[in-house]
Amino acid sequence: MTATSNAVTVLKATEESPSLGRGATPRAQLDFKLRVAGLNFYYGAKQALYDIGLQILVHRITALIGPSGCGKTTFLRTLNRMYETVPRARAEGAVLLDDEDVLAMDVVSLRRRVGMVFQKSNPFPKSIFDNVAYGLKVNGTRRKGALAEAVERSLRRAALWDEVKGQLHKSAYALSGGQQQRLCIARALAVDPEVLLLDEPCSALDPIATAKIEELLFDLKETCTIIIVTHNMQQAARVANDTGFFLLGRLIEFNRTEMIFKTPARRETEDYITGRFG
Amino acid sequence: MGARETWRKFVNVFMFSLTGLCAFTAVGFLFFILGYLLWNGGRALNWAFLTHLPTPVGEAGGGMANAIVGSAKLLLLASLVGIPPGFLGGVYLGEFGGKTFSFLVRYTTDLLNGVPSIVVGIFAYTIVVLPLRHFSTLAGGLALGVMMIPIAVRSTEESLRTVPQTLREGALALGASKWKTVATVVVPAAGRGIVTGFVLDLARVAGETAPLLFTAFSNRFWSPGWNQPTASLPVMVFTYAISPYEDWHRQAWAAGLVLLLLVLVTNIAARLLVSGRMSVPQV
Repeated sequence: MTATSNAVTVLKATEESPSLGRGATPRAQLDFKLRVAGLNFYYGAKQALYDIGLQILVHRITALIGPSGCGKTTFLRTLNRMYETVPRARAEGAVLLDDEDVLAMDVVSLRRRVGMVFQKSNPFPKSIFDNVAYGLKVNGTRRKGALAEAVERSLRRAALWDEVKGQLHKSAYALSGGQQQRLCIARALAVDPEVLLLDEPCSALDPIATAKIEELLFDLKETCTIIIVTHNMQQAARVANDTGFFLLGRLIEFNRTEMIFKTPARRETEDYITGRFG
Repeated sequence: MGARETWRKFVNVFMFSLTGLCAFTAVGFLFFILGYLLWNGGRALNWAFLTHLPTPVGEAGGGMANAIVGSAKLLLLASLVGIPPGFLGGVYLGEFGGKTFSFLVRYTTDLLNGVPSIVVGIFAYTIVVLPLRHFSTLAGGLALGVMMIPIAVRSTEESLRTVPQTLREGALALGASKWKTVATVVVPAAGRGIVTGFVLDLARVAGETAPLLFTAFSNRFWSPGWNQPTASLPVMVFTYAISPYEDWHRQAWAAGLVLLLLVLVTNIAARLLVSGRMSVPQV
């Protein structure tokens, strides 16, 4: 606990940033939504992340790439503490959302601010309406009018409204795979998260559905800070402003996407994006 | 064709036939019992059987209206006693339990499930019949209810385990607490399986006779309230089947059939109740 608190204090005090070095906008003009320093992560005795440090800019899309098992999903799940569902998993280090310590704050309020969309769409066995309204209902919104309004707004933001508006009472399972994933995005958006985490949201979708979701991310950027884990490097290159490359539990390189893909600073990054391994 | 290949094909056909034959035998027995019951019970079943009290020995006709109502009351009471702790205990095991205590609870419920029903009857006899000094619906319902608990616990737990982890994560990621997640997503998603488990559980105790013999006992008349001995269908089947009267034998078959129909109606009603609910498609 003391190690974590110290790291948080240091991070808050110095505002030292190990990331976004070359070619990035000077620190003073930037607004960081998430700041991570000295993050180590363990599943029991097995260490999964080593000394991760990066800062994520507000209203931008950040992609995390790397081969399977490199820790990018674990890192993503640290940001909303979803790793806590795994017994004996623990994170040490500093993770700040604005100026709040993610690892110490109330987990329910954290997850209301940091939403998540999963690899496999996971709509609840409820109607389309009840799926989108779920987050609001558990947060205490009961008024029918407010719920209906939020459901419509969220479905519009997820570009799903026109396809489902006449059938909100139908089961969410009646939708296609791509629609289900957009429903899950709408569900996450309904509680107005500040950060949206996406864990390979398109890996089970066809190219058309994928294109729709990518388009959607551009619009969502206006209101959310987006972090997306992807195996698809073209996707990272298409949608992300910044990209981080993970390998064997370490953050090898983190920079603006065009720098990562055109002039990577590290040999490992170049090998990975050119397909020499991974 | 080599000898090995011939042998392999023979074994294949032989094993296929053997499993098929055994499967056929298994359902065969069930259909035989069901058909026999329908044939014998159906002939003795009439409106008077459902609406009249038993007649005195030697007088033809009469029915088992009191036993039908008695069985229904006993099963209602058993559900009230057995399902709440069984359900919540199963939720605990499936969603909240730690390792050691869960192991203990699971082991104990399995043990309780193996306790002979007549022993459960003695238990109800000791804690209800002896202090009150008379047999009652209450004692019988308690005995059957206690018998329901272990299966209710395990079937609830098993149903919850079929709910994909991704659904729990989806709810937690939206800021739902663990309890909210369980109550609003996991339990509804497993609802159909949970209810089916309860119905099977109820069907199992509906036919129990031994624990009723010295708890609910029997009654040739109506049993108002919950505090008097009551007739029940299984005990009536037992009493009438071992009697020397041909007419009673026929009525025992009818009672068996009515018991079966009672379970069937409960089953269908419970399924209708949950059929409108949306469930997770199996992948």
